Amino acid sequence: MKTFDVVRFSFHSVERSPARTALMLLAMSIGVAAVVLLTGLGEASRRYVIEEFASLGTNLVIVLPGKAATTGGTLGASLGGTTRDLTIDDAIAVTRHHQVRRVAPVVVGEASVQYAGLQREAPIFGSTSQLQRILHWQVVAGQFLPASDWARASPVCVIGRTIESELFGQESAIGHWIRIGESRFRVIGVLASEGQTISFDIEEMVIVPVASAMSLFNTQTLFRILVEADTRESMSSVKEFISNTIAVRHYGEEDVTVITQDAVLDTFDQIFTALTMTVGGIAAISLAVAGVLIMNVMLVAVSQRTNEVGVLKAVGAAPHQIVILFLAEAALLSFFGALIGLGVGLAGGWLLSQIYPALDMTPPIWAVVAAAGVAIATGLIFGILPARRAAQLDPVLALSKR
Amino acid sequence: MSLINLVDIQRVFQVGDEQVHALQDVDLTIEHGEYLSLMGPSGSGKSTLLNVLGLLDRPTAGLYELNERDTTTLTDVEQAHVRSQKIGFVFQFFQLVPRLTAFENVELPLMLGGVSVAERRERVSSILTKTGLADRMDHRPDQLSGGERQRVAIARATINEPELILADEPTGNLDSKSGGEVVSILERLNANGLTLIVVTHDMDIGQRASRRLKMIDGCIAEDLREGAS
Repeated sequence: MKTFDVVRFSFHSVERSPARTALMLLAMSIGVAAVVLLTGLGEASRRYVIEEFASLGTNLVIVLPGKAATTGGTLGASLGGTTRDLTIDDAIAVTRHHQVRRVAPVVVGEASVQYAGLQREAPIFGSTSQLQRILHWQVVAGQFLPASDWARASPVCVIGRTIESELFGQESAIGHWIRIGESRFRVIGVLASEGQTISFDIEEMVIVPVASAMSLFNTQTLFRILVEADTRESMSSVKEFISNTIAVRHYGEEDVTVITQDAVLDTFDQIFTALTMTVGGIAAISLAVAGVLIMNVMLVAVSQRTNEVGVLKAVGAAPHQIVILFLAEAALLSFFGALIGLGVGLAGGWLLSQIYPALDMTPPIWAVVAAAGVAIATGLIFGILPARRAAQLDPVLALSKR
Repeated sequence: MSLINLVDIQRVFQVGDEQVHALQDVDLTIEHGEYLSLMGPSGSGKSTLLNVLGLLDRPTAGLYELNERDTTTLTDVEQAHVRSQKIGFVFQFFQLVPRLTAFENVELPLMLGGVSVAERRERVSSILTKTGLADRMDHRPDQLSGGERQRVAIARATINEPELILADEPTGNLDSKSGGEVVSILERLNANGLTLIVVTHDMDIGQRASRRLKMIDGCIAEDLREGAS
């Protein structure tokens, strides 16, 4: 028998029993569509969460002085055991990489903040205008630090909401002069409560230009350098660049620690991948059910076409040829079922993407391939039993059946 | 060299606890080009004998040589090959595949044998034209008359140029006119050298054969040659 003949023969038989064919195509396509849609959904939510995280500043690389490994604990490293301080020049050096988008040096100290006789101790942040974008801070009133030369010690500050309400009550703080330590600063902005911080309460902070903070606390030492990379993919090269650059500047000694938030993101990635697999696996069960249905319908087909099997045997069909003919039919049905299922699944995903544009419902390639593969494989596996049954029919009995 | 040599053939069916001897001690030799009729009452074993001769059924015991080759030791695949190359069946109920056209029904043995499409088209067209069905090729069996269906079946049985035609009540479902046509087609094939074995209830048809077997209770009761009656 030629392959062409096998296909034509099965086509013939498939198109001659439309109800049976429609039923099997339906079962198969539901299974495949379910796999495609659900894995697409899983993938979409994974990407969604990852992107949300990324927009929250996950491309963040943090440089802190001291080597964690030499003293144990990341926090301890910044307190003791370090040999060389981080300086403003280190921060400037870090900006010289094409995948670095933003850099903000941070100086931290504690000082008293005074206004109209009221006084309060507050953490003082010395940084630059870039800090706002890196940490996704918002201002509720006024503006953030102006973009200016890092070396310029302008007497301006941005304060947290608690500081504002404690010192000014119901009044607006914008434009007023407050005293921080021994210097006077004009309030130009008030921070919103949302946004990331590095271990400080955003509502209790006062932010001043980095040069002002340095003179305020009489120091040259940075607490941190915050670096934002272009993309998540570029983070490792940025990280390496920073380590090397600062090591060179510090006479070959790697005395800084560079950390990223990659680990958190990886975890989420893993969780959602597992979720996608689980959902896809559940959908795959419907494929198995479709396989059982194919077996059922094929068994019925064999008993309906017993006489035909008898005829085939009488005109000289060997058992394996009959197996091939019936298997080809099951394969054909599962192939077209899979094709329809892929179409429905992809169309459904596209439709959902139109309704919820935030979700990109494109299913992963592996899921599409696996769904189609499993569909055809189940069709074949579950087609074997009926086909063998057909082949083993006694020709005399088969022919006597009308 | 005989075409068929049966020695001590037994065929026993198990029906419940009972054993039914459909064929008992059948010895039979058939030469090339013979024309046999096989008659006898219902249940006498005619069809069973025909099925055994056509390798559709295996004897319980005994020797069956076709072209001096023992067929009882052949595998299913080998038997299928012999059926496709040496034997053609014609049945009472035509046994055409209802969803296939006349052309496709005749084409079936060639398709199974892996003959090329072009050659198939030529051979099937030519045999259907010869049997006067040229304008019926694309009709399905339910669009054909009984006589036409049986002619299609005969075309299918002979498309592979077999040596042996086994006809089981070929006229049983036909009116006398188409029955007569079918018999004359079969006899023409026999005249061309094919061995023809016809199972029939019809005395008139049975008498036409040059060798007439009568079966009773699974045994060959009579074996008459031309002119003996």
